[in-house]
Amino acid sequence: MDFLKLFGREDVSSKDIAKERLRLILVHDRANVSPQFLEMIKSQIINIISDYVDIEEEGLEVKLTRMKKDEEITVPALVANIPIKRIKHVARA
Amino acid sequence: MGQVIVITSGKGGVGKTTTTANIGTGLALLKHRKVVMIDADIGLRNLDVVMGLENRIVYDLVDVVQGVCRLKQALIRDKRFENLYLLPAAQTKDKTAVSPEQMKDLCDQLREEFDYVLVDCPAGIEQGFKNAIAGADKAIIVSTPEVSAVRDADRVIGLLEAAGFEEPKLIINRIRPDMVKRGDMMDIDDIIDILAVDLLGVIPEDERIVISTNRGEPAVADENSKAGQAYRNVTRRIEGEDVPIMSLDVEPTLMERLRMLFGLKPRK
Ligand SMILES: Nc1ncnc2c1ncn2[C@@H]1O[C@H](COP(=O)(O)OP(=O)(O)OP(=O)(O)O)[C@@H](O)[C@H]1O
Ligand SMILES: [Mg+2]
Repeated sequence: MDFLKLFGREDVSSKDIAKERLRLILVHDRANVSPQFLEMIKSQIINIISDYVDIEEEGLEVKLTRMKKDEEITVPALVANIPIKRIKHVARA
Repeated sequence: MGQVIVITSGKGGVGKTTTTANIGTGLALLKHRKVVMIDADIGLRNLDVVMGLENRIVYDLVDVVQGVCRLKQALIRDKRFENLYLLPAAQTKDKTAVSPEQMKDLCDQLREEFDYVLVDCPAGIEQGFKNAIAGADKAIIVSTPEVSAVRDADRVIGLLEAAGFEEPKLIINRIRPDMVKRGDMMDIDDIIDILAVDLLGVIPEDERIVISTNRGEPAVADENSKAGQAYRNVTRRIEGEDVPIMSLDVEPTLMERLRMLFGLKPRK
């Protein structure tokens, strides 16, 4: 169940919302990653891939979240959303 | 040689002092153990009031540490329960008046004479917390079934593990079975699953806790209190007995009774 979809839905029990929020909070707390750390990752990603693609830097998003590994297990995941403006020539070679 | 157990939580107001008073009294009353409870909440002492011993205080923890009096002089003997003692916190000093080393020395001295030394930890994870855990070899974490309390409990469990505590045990306090039943409160399994610790007990929300605190008589000695029963169970588990978690089933509502009458299964 996607927890964002839980909000505003009256038929989902508040306990399930609490549980899902808590799980996500603890992913951050336990990983102990600061916003600065995520910024650092962001700028290094920009550095590396801008050799190959033009990216929209304002739209770049790096965050910690949770991801289903299979039916049963959910694991912490680092997710990066990188909007691309243009693929550079070198990358096509 | 006795053991030193710290009762802690991270978040304030979740029931550390209530738990310390009830476990301490339980161990003395039901198990005839020699118990001393230390109020480590310097500047905000409470355990004396919950125990109804506030009028008996002469010296306090800081007096002992600073050598103003001997340890024996500061210990208040509870006349109602044999073998139960309190070492009160200072009310006018602050947490820096005691160091972790001094707390450790104090606990080591006390464990020579008592079966159990229970340390009531202040809220937070600063100096007061560090003092309270310094002399302890076991930890009990208290949490309520709320997101913020469980989050703080998780933080504290991490800090305790980093400090070398093995397997801290969890008490979930102020459970409301009716709310759990209708899906508006996280239940025991949810919390245990998230925190991945052993469960020591579940204490229901119980107005008799308020009444017993008004009177200065711990609920564990109150036959009619559900929370008291839960604390009696916790006491026995600490002593190694295998006591099942008591069922907190609520009385069926009128609607549910009607459903059962017509042979329908009660909705979960
Ligand atoms: N199971 C319960 N049912 C009803 N009331 C409760 C229960 N447990 C605790 N309380 C009440 O909640 C309040 C806070 O409890 P307590 O003082 O034990 O918390 P604490 O964790 O020691 O707080 P602090 O962090 O300030 O030291 C008290 O008024 C107490 O009577
Ligand atoms: Mg307290």
